[in-house]
Amino acid sequence: MKPILEVQHLTKEFKIGAKQERYLSLRDALTSPFRKKTDEGPSNTFRALDDVNFRVMPGESIGIIGRNGAGKSTLLKILSKITPPSSGKIVCRGRVASLLEVGTGFHPELSGRENVYMNGSILGMRKFEINKHFDSIVDFSGVEKFLDTPLKRYSSGMQLRLAFAVAAFLEPEILVIDEVLAVGDAEFQKKCLNKMKDVSMNEGRTVLFVSHDMNAIKSLSKRAILLDGGKVAKDDTVGEVIPLYLSKVKLTNSWDRAASSEQPHFTNVSISIKNEQPNLKLQVTFTVKADAKMNKAFVAFNISSNTGTMIGQAIPNLEPFIDTSFSEQTFTTEIEITGFVPGTYLLGAWIGPHYSETYDWQKDIVGFTIVESPQAGRVFPHAVEQGNIVPFSKMINN
Amino acid sequence: MTEYEIKAKNKFSFGLDELIQYRELFYFFTWRDVKVKYKQAALGILWAILQPLIMMLMFTLIFSKALNVSSDGIPYPVFAISGLLIWNIFSNGLMNSANSMVNNANIIKKIYFPRLIIPMSAILTALVDFLFALSIYVGILIYYHQGVDVAKIFIYLPLSILLTVITTFGLGTFLAAFNVKYRDFQYLLPFMIQFLLFANPVLYSAKAFTNPVINTIMKANPIASAIQLCRSVFTGQEVDWQGVAIGSSVAIVLFFIGIYTFRKTESYFADLA
Repeated sequence: MKPILEVQHLTKEFKIGAKQERYLSLRDALTSPFRKKTDEGPSNTFRALDDVNFRVMPGESIGIIGRNGAGKSTLLKILSKITPPSSGKIVCRGRVASLLEVGTGFHPELSGRENVYMNGSILGMRKFEINKHFDSIVDFSGVEKFLDTPLKRYSSGMQLRLAFAVAAFLEPEILVIDEVLAVGDAEFQKKCLNKMKDVSMNEGRTVLFVSHDMNAIKSLSKRAILLDGGKVAKDDTVGEVIPLYLSKVKLTNSWDRAASSEQPHFTNVSISIKNEQPNLKLQVTFTVKADAKMNKAFVAFNISSNTGTMIGQAIPNLEPFIDTSFSEQTFTTEIEITGFVPGTYLLGAWIGPHYSETYDWQKDIVGFTIVESPQAGRVFPHAVEQGNIVPFSKMINN
Repeated sequence: MTEYEIKAKNKFSFGLDELIQYRELFYFFTWRDVKVKYKQAALGILWAILQPLIMMLMFTLIFSKALNVSSDGIPYPVFAISGLLIWNIFSNGLMNSANSMVNNANIIKKIYFPRLIIPMSAILTALVDFLFALSIYVGILIYYHQGVDVAKIFIYLPLSILLTVITTFGLGTFLAAFNVKYRDFQYLLPFMIQFLLFANPVLYSAKAFTNPVINTIMKANPIASAIQLCRSVFTGQEVDWQGVAIGSSVAIVLFFIGIYTFRKTESYFADLA
C-alpha cells in the first residue's frame, strides 16, 4: 500500500520585520529602489518549517505537537493548500479537507440554516451532500430551535456547536484539524472528541491534528510527530513522543525580546512567585517600548497550563494607562494565583489600545511551577481531569 | 485515486477544472453578498431598484433640465438609465471585486478553494442588482411609449452585458490581486471610478467628442461600446461595429491579463492578507 501523504523536504520561509509581515504599501514599493536596503539579507528570513519529512499511511491518525511557533500551523496550512511551501513538496493521494478554524465563512447576519449551507460549501461539500446530512448536522449541534435566527443572536457556544457539526459531516479521505477543540464546554468537547475518534477509527479516514491537549492526542492517535523550531524532533508512538515534548517545555522566568518593531511592544517580561499558599501571588514585571506615538494602551496576561489549557486572563487595569509615547517604561503588577493546583503554568503577555486591536502579543513566554496544594494538608490528589483550579470552599454547618 | 503534489511553484493554469469542481461556491458567495447587503435595510432588495432610479432622477435634473445636454433624440431619463445600468454593473462590480479579497481575508487564511471565485462572485453580485434594476428600464420604456426594436433587445442587450462583465472581470480580478499587496488601491479606486463615470458617455452622448484622439480612445474603450450597444436598442442609431470589435478585443485582453495576474499572485494571498 502506498502512503496517502508523503511530505518531502518541506521548507517554508517567511521574511521577518513588521512591514513584510503586514502588507506592503505602494509607497514602500515605489520608494524602495531609492532607499538603502538595510533590512534585507538571509538573517531576516525565518524558517517556519525546515526540511520536514514524514509519511502517512491511509487510516492513520497522527497528532502533531510542539510549542507555539514550532511550525505546526504552517504545516497544516501547506497541507490545506492555503499557503505554498518555499521548497520541498507533499504528494497527496486523496482529497484533503481542513478545519483550521471552526465556522470559517460564518456570517453574523445570516441565519443558522443559511450558515450551514455557506460554511458547508466553503469546506468543500456539495449542496446535495449538505442536504443529505442537514438533519444530522442540526441534530448534532442541538440548535434546531434557532435555525432561522440570525447567527449574531447565538451565544458563542451555540455558534461553535453549529460550526463543528457542519465540519463533522465532511467526508474527505484526509482530514486536517487545527486546535479547534480547545474551545467550548467540556460536554461538547467530549462529543467532538468522540466524533473524531469515530471518523478515524470506524470510518478509516486519515486524520492529522494539532493539539496542546496531551490527553486528546493520547486518546485519538497512536503516532505523534513532535515539531521543534520547524524541524521534526521526533516521529514515533504517542508513548515516546509526549514525555519528550513535556520535558522540552523549558521554564524560564524572564523573557527578552529579540527583534524590534515600530509598534509598542514588550522588551522584557519577568515573573516571580510571592508569598505562600493559600496567598500565592505572581509578580509580573514588564517593560514596554515604543518608537512612535500611539494610542494609550493597556495590558493583559494569559495563564495556561503546560498542556495548553487556558486557565484565565488577568487585566490589571481596565483603562488604557500606558502612555506609549514614552520610549521605554517598566511596570510591575501582581496576579493572585490562589487556588491553582500544583503543576506547571505558562504566561503570555498582550498589549493593545482596545480589546480589538493588538500591538504585541507574546504567547507562553515565561513559566512557573507551583508545588504546594492550595488546600493545606490535602492528601486527595489533584487529577488533571478535575481542572487546574481548586475553588475555595468551606462547610457552613457540620 | 487522484494523486497530486503541493509544491512551491505549480505549472501555470487558469484552473478551469477546479472552478467547475467548486462551481456551487459562485452561487453561495453571490447569494451571501446579495442577502447580507439588503438584510438590514427596511426596504431590502428594493434598494437595487431605487439606487439607479435616484441616480437617474438626479442626473436628469442636472444634465437635462439644468444643462440641457443632448440625448440623441430620446427622452433624457431613457438615455441616462440605459447608460447607468451598464455603468452600475461596471462600477459596482469593480468596487466589489477590488475589495473582495481583503474583505474575505479571514476565509482565505483558513481554507482553500479556487480564489478566483471571490472576485468573480463579487461581480456577479453587481449583476444581480442589475437584473432588479432592469425593471426600471421596462417601466420607463412604457412611460415614455418608447418604440423598441425587439430583435435588438435580444441581441444588443445581452452583447452589451457580456462585454461589460468581461471587462469588469478583467479589471476587477487585476485590482483584487493588487489590493491584497498594495492597500493603496482601496483609496485610489473611488477617484478612478468617479473619473471614469465622467470620461465615459454615460450621462452625455458620445457625439460630444469632437477631438479625433479622444474618438480613437473611445473606440478602444469596451465600456463605451457596451453603453452604445445598450442605447442603440432605443435610439435606433447605427452601431459602430468596428468600435465594438475593437472594444471587445480590448475587453478580452483585459480579461486574460486580469486572470493571469491574479493566478500568478494568489498563492501568496494568505501570507499577505
